[in-house]
Amino acid sequence: MSSSAEKSAKCQVSFLVNGKETKLLAHPMERLLDVLRNDLGLTGTKEGCGEGECGSCSVLLDGMLVNSCLVPVAQANGASIVTIEGISKHELMSPLQQAFLECGGAQCGICTPGMILAAVHLLEKKPEPALADIREGLAGNLCRCTGYMQIFEAVAKAAQRRVAK
Amino acid sequence: MNVPHIVGVSVPRKEGRDKVTGAARYVDDMVLPGMLHGATVRSSVPRGKIKTISFGPAVDWNEFVVVTAKDIPGKNCIALILDDQPCLAAETVNHPEEPILLLAHADRHKLRKAVEAISIEYDPLPSIHTMEESERQSTIIWGTDNTLKSYLVEKGDVDSVWKDAAHIVEGQYLTGAQEQLYIENNGVIASFDPEHGVTVWGSLQCPYYVHKALMALCGLGEDKVRVVQMETGGAFGGKEEYPSMIAGHAALLAIKSGKPVKIIYDRMEDMVATTKRHPSRTRHRTAVSKDGKILGGEIEFTIDGGAYATLSSVVLSRGTIHAGGPYYWPSVRIRTKAVATNTPPHGAFRGFGAPQSLFALERHMDRIAEVVGISPIEIRKRNFLKTGQTTTTEQTIKENIDLHRLLDRALELSGYHAKKKRFAVENKLGKRKKGIGIAAFLHGAGFTGSGERYLNSLVGVEAGPDGIVRVLVSSAEFGQGTNTVLCQIAAEALGLPYENVAIAQPDTTVVPNSGPTVASRTAMIVGKLVQSAARGIRQTLSKTGLLGDNYTPEQFSSACAKYVATHGPLKSYVRYESPGDVYWDDAKYRGEAYAAFAWAVYIAEVTVDLTTYSVTVDDFVALQEIGKVLNPVLAEGQITGGVAQGIGFALYEKVIWQNGRVLNNQMTNYIMPTSVDLPPIRVFFEELGNVHGAHGAKGIGELPMDGPAPAIVNAVEDATGVRFNSIPLLPEDLFEALQRESHEQDVFSTVRGTA
Repeated sequence: MSSSAEKSAKCQVSFLVNGKETKLLAHPMERLLDVLRNDLGLTGTKEGCGEGECGSCSVLLDGMLVNSCLVPVAQANGASIVTIEGISKHELMSPLQQAFLECGGAQCGICTPGMILAAVHLLEKKPEPALADIREGLAGNLCRCTGYMQIFEAVAKAAQRRVAK
Repeated sequence: MNVPHIVGVSVPRKEGRDKVTGAARYVDDMVLPGMLHGATVRSSVPRGKIKTISFGPAVDWNEFVVVTAKDIPGKNCIALILDDQPCLAAETVNHPEEPILLLAHADRHKLRKAVEAISIEYDPLPSIHTMEESERQSTIIWGTDNTLKSYLVEKGDVDSVWKDAAHIVEGQYLTGAQEQLYIENNGVIASFDPEHGVTVWGSLQCPYYVHKALMALCGLGEDKVRVVQMETGGAFGGKEEYPSMIAGHAALLAIKSGKPVKIIYDRMEDMVATTKRHPSRTRHRTAVSKDGKILGGEIEFTIDGGAYATLSSVVLSRGTIHAGGPYYWPSVRIRTKAVATNTPPHGAFRGFGAPQSLFALERHMDRIAEVVGISPIEIRKRNFLKTGQTTTTEQTIKENIDLHRLLDRALELSGYHAKKKRFAVENKLGKRKKGIGIAAFLHGAGFTGSGERYLNSLVGVEAGPDGIVRVLVSSAEFGQGTNTVLCQIAAEALGLPYENVAIAQPDTTVVPNSGPTVASRTAMIVGKLVQSAARGIRQTLSKTGLLGDNYTPEQFSSACAKYVATHGPLKSYVRYESPGDVYWDDAKYRGEAYAAFAWAVYIAEVTVDLTTYSVTVDDFVALQEIGKVLNPVLAEGQITGGVAQGIGFALYEKVIWQNGRVLNNQMTNYIMPTSVDLPPIRVFFEELGNVHGAHGAKGIGELPMDGPAPAIVNAVEDATGVRFNSIPLLPEDLFEALQRESHEQDVFSTVRGTA
């Protein structure tokens, strides 16, 4: 955390987190990642590198896929944020989560929340992605375990199921 | 019982639901009341005596917990093999980033400033940073000769083969350091109270390694140290030994402060301070007959161990035993050593020495083929090990492995011959050259030689009064599927549905020591013990007359309930027993090195772009014999993941050193493969079975790391006609080598035709 965050006064931030109105006091330069994890207890969002390279901290901010380690919380004021905790509805896993489980898309699991959010974002934009679209859509999210093949398979399977519905 | 098979089926990962919903609990997700954060102050020089440590005036140091080597209650070392690595440097430092002092504070921001406010002055000592400098011994930094460990393997009379050789082929091959790059950095939480002692929760592979290290460091008894493995976000060997260090640090801060202390490394600290794959140098000198048969050879394999011995002896051992690959050597002399440099100690990383020596061998086989004038296929077929022949350590191959057929199948799956023809035509035009390369290899499963006997692993299975069975092992899940596969084995042994079996969280107060989660040993060795222990539950229920031969899960549950009500907890423990026919001589390094080998042929197709000097892998076929596939989806995931790391090892991942310190300790400048960088990785299995493994399984975790690099570099040579004997091969390396190639021949490879 930069020294500016420490010196500056806390400010009021309000946003929608997984559909819920949330208000809190935070240093404006505090990372959205830390606010989600430490202040709101949403620990499904992970830190991998802290510099926007690995995508483990990916969340949706007004529908955009962002690295929450690079977003100062003040910038999220008034926004609608979706984290992995907002993906499963009422104990039911989403089709993407189900497909990740079936296809072996999650191994150690640390990149999985961010990867699933990147996939959600991709399928919003491209409901019927080709393999090249899937590769491109997930290129900002690093996975060290799977070699990605089973992740591609999971995303393709979820897309097929969504379209079939 | 008519329960369908569970082993061999792709049941979903046990902890999978928690992982895809974000509910899985990693150590950084855990917060304890009153918890402090810990940080490490590290050396800024590669070698020197610590003169003074000054605490800057801008910080109120009364707020901080400060720990130095003087605060260590027990022995100042990380207990492992030689116990030569201090937990905190006391008087001298031997590598950059060596831990010297620890700080803790409730506020992480203040902690960071405090670390910056500490300055340490040193009397510098001369340092060494390459294997060659270490071998020259002009400066001795470890022991009497800088040698951390050496081995000699001798088979037959290699000195007699040179005179009759039609060809003598020499080569030198180099591999670089590689970062494990698990996406979850190292982290632990420690707490202490005088009554219970130290408890550590962490991201780790080997709970009992940490347990042993903490007992020595803190001077505490077995029952005063508790280690709990949290969900672990990747490890790949990188969390085999280092967690003992960081757990020690957190424990020391917790003991001094009386409060729980969390230490989570950020990416830069993790990459600069923790272990990496050992850099290596292999020299081959091989005597070959006119028709391409290996007559004998000398192999020198040297690895850079860094400043302390840590695991280097074991990494070296595996590299030594795999140096001859899947070929028959009538005679061979393998001299190997691990040397010390003033670099943070190199450590365990998937493959553990074998990817290094096998890279050299499989490059060298292509070189031999070229000298003899036969194809890369033919050279391998003429030298493959056959059933009944012996390996370099004189282990007789007893199983019915047919490597000719394995190679032929891989060639067919990859469309090798058609591609070869097509590339020969297409490569005449343009600046994009295509090539295809082969690597054939083997990987030994389990601890080497007598290792499993020393480990003496213990495994438990417990059935509760509700009929739910729990597997009790210290074998850790870190993505590879331990939880799932061990539960499948127990469920199958008990004829119960997969859902009725759970795995206990590895906690040294709950689970017995089933050994470390390393060496591709878990499915095979621990799995077999789980199977026996599960059968023990069944036998107990049967002997007490509570259960017949055929039963439903409901009948099993009610039998468990009755048993527990009458006799108390229903547990079954099984200890490892060495198979009687395994012979190993530690002094001569001869005998049955491994209870089983997995066998593989990998084929890589590449494009080398002579405008950008980039290499792209276009297709990858991974064919392997692994005994028995316990869970197809998980097994395939092990292979694709290992191949991806192998592609990184060959083409992307370069550690840049300056005076023993990593310069590119960030994900922005140390590049691992992304989703757009990898080819389709096509995975195929064969199953020969294995008497020593559960349901015939062999280990597969490390195997896929061995083959990609040589297959790819062989393909790059096929595409360009230029020999590359060093990895990683980044565009700048390719550029440089191609420039050099136009001026001179490779100085390391010479060819002599006799007769």
